[in-house]
Amino acid sequence: MSATAMSARAASKRRQELVGALFVNIMLALICLLWTIPTFGLLVSSFRDRDAITSSGWWTIFPHQEFIKASTISLPRTTAMDQPITIPELGVTVTDAQLQAGTPLPDGRSIKWESRRQRTIAVSTKQWTSNTNFTLDNYSSVLTGKTRNPDGTIQSDAGTDFSGPFLNSVAVAIPATVIPILIAAFAAYGFAWMRFPGRKILFTIIVALLVVPLQLALVPILRDYVGLKINGTFLAVWLAHTGFGLPLATYLLYNYISELPREILESAFIDGATPFTIFTRLILPLSAPALAAFAIFQFLWVWNDYLVALIFIGATPNVQVLTMLLANMVGTRGQDWHLLTAGAFISMLLPLVVFFSLQRFFVRGLMAGSVKG
Amino acid sequence: MARLTEIEPRRQAATQEGGVGRIVMALLALSVTLVALWLGFIFLRDYQNTAPKIVTTIVAIIWGVGGVAALFFSANFLIEQFSDTVKSFLRPLIFVGPAVLLLGWFLFLPVLRTLYFSFFNNDSTQFVGMENYIFAFTDRGMLESFRNNVLWMIFGTAGCVIFGLMVAVLADRSKFENLAKALIFMPMAISFVGASVIWRFVYYYSPPGEPQIGLLNAIVTGLGGQPQAWTSLLQPWNNLFLVVIMIWLQTGFAMVIFSSAIKGIPTDILEASRVDGATEFQVFFRIMIPAIQSTIITVTTTIIIFSLKIFDVVIVMTGGQYGTHVIATQFYRQLFTNLDNGKGSAVAIVLLLAVMPVVIYNVRQLSKQEGFR
Repeated sequence: MSATAMSARAASKRRQELVGALFVNIMLALICLLWTIPTFGLLVSSFRDRDAITSSGWWTIFPHQEFIKASTISLPRTTAMDQPITIPELGVTVTDAQLQAGTPLPDGRSIKWESRRQRTIAVSTKQWTSNTNFTLDNYSSVLTGKTRNPDGTIQSDAGTDFSGPFLNSVAVAIPATVIPILIAAFAAYGFAWMRFPGRKILFTIIVALLVVPLQLALVPILRDYVGLKINGTFLAVWLAHTGFGLPLATYLLYNYISELPREILESAFIDGATPFTIFTRLILPLSAPALAAFAIFQFLWVWNDYLVALIFIGATPNVQVLTMLLANMVGTRGQDWHLLTAGAFISMLLPLVVFFSLQRFFVRGLMAGSVKG
Repeated sequence: MARLTEIEPRRQAATQEGGVGRIVMALLALSVTLVALWLGFIFLRDYQNTAPKIVTTIVAIIWGVGGVAALFFSANFLIEQFSDTVKSFLRPLIFVGPAVLLLGWFLFLPVLRTLYFSFFNNDSTQFVGMENYIFAFTDRGMLESFRNNVLWMIFGTAGCVIFGLMVAVLADRSKFENLAKALIFMPMAISFVGASVIWRFVYYYSPPGEPQIGLLNAIVTGLGGQPQAWTSLLQPWNNLFLVVIMIWLQTGFAMVIFSSAIKGIPTDILEASRVDGATEFQVFFRIMIPAIQSTIITVTTTIIIFSLKIFDVVIVMTGGQYGTHVIATQFYRQLFTNLDNGKGSAVAIVLLLAVMPVVIYNVRQLSKQEGFR
């Protein structure tokens, strides 16, 4: 085979690879675009003012062609509506219906009634434009529960203040993340390194409970809470999230802790350390990656939870968390997109920050098997 | 061994020396912890409506997180004062006990109690036999929910798995792997309620002639079609527009797991088949898919379970109207709208039956595991 033939083949192979890479990247870009556009649209809208959101699509922030009023033509007030209307300035004859809907002219302009009663017609020309009036008003509205009207008056909207529910979500999510981790870590250590009667059957039950839907637990627990008078308190929600999160937490941490090298623990025992000091000084630091993985998992789960909050704090407005307020607003103010968009982003802020900064750990947590009830 | 004999006498001496005095002290520490926790509880219960929000939030976090840690510490301090035989008996109780108690209270007993309630009438005062189950399997609304859950299961799972696999394979060959994966994965950090707001905005319907601010209707009208009320009027296909939301949220999960499985396939196998002239499609279907088969099964199972329990999306998007009820929303409706404990419980048990095969599979896998005896 000649050298030129070989280099020609190499070149064709390289070209094939290049085409392949291009195909891969274009496909990937399309899917990513598809996945990102819904969130992007909401994000953009949350910075547009109230009227802009409802009168034009969010994509009009990009340069696009639009009919913009260039001049106004006044017809005689006596112009009859039931006959074709002649507009001498433009030299055309149109019907009332056409003017109501808006109709194009041969030269590319468009005419429409500006005021039918006043007999004035707006003449628009197609122009490049983009709606880039951004504002932070929506965010200040949902953080204070007060909306500034266009005329300058301040309107107070009950049930649109996200600052309180934001703090409630924090107060629910942090303990509901730490408590199950602590309890599960102790239990995982116990199952992995202690011998006691019933150990195997208890652990089997925990594994069986991994995928039990939490709906099963809601009726009985609600009864207990009503009996104990703790329904609608933070404690109630923490305990519920702890209980529902424990099987996965114990299982994940058991898998990790039982794999720790035996020698480390034994040498610590020989040095006279109690299991408790071994646990706090050795096990907890050594299992930091597993703890972090589950912590992120549980935090996102609790922060984003709606069902548990709805059932156990449903009737107590003061303890309401973000997801509940947002869901309520969808029901009661489904048209108020300026509040919904900003509110939705406030509710996503913290999980997105946690997610992007700790993504590595989160992925590891998912990998370790994530079937949750 | 020499060191062991040295240490033992010293430790025993310390225990004897402490004696009753130290046990009393440890008991005191435990009671102080309990009293402090009780006071914290009273504060939170009585002042959560009057004290500044930020104060109650901080107190709640410290109380919840610190309380559990303090309980573990003081309980352990107490048992360390007893003799070695008592200690080795009590220790597993401290380590495993809390987790077992909480799991018993929040998951294990509730399953039995829900089963019990499901044979009783709406306020659990009268035994009704199988009546609630007859309702659960014959009622028209329930049958519709079963149908919808099947739609969720088939289309939701297929969507997540196919897109997840596609992105994983494409990203594996792209230079933008991390960026693409982060974008697809991002919805995992968003709550179902937040996602519902995002997608309500995409599906938003305005009557014909008005500006369409929902992206989907804008595209449809832009192409000359009529705007549609996607989530309400197109029954039963409106369910699929809700399923899209789940696919959007959960594809990231499938992608991450598939991605790491694909990276685990030995590269020489892939290279060898390419050298032998296999096309990329053959490599994908004949080598990759069989190699990651078990991962595909795991992911599919996890997403199926997920789709069976779907709740938030439906309740926020449609509230179960327009023929979109699913089993989990029927449960909520029976329980909180119809106030029927019996029917609600029976519906919950139906959910349990649906996941039962997975429970059995998990337990079987555990007993096969070598490390656990």
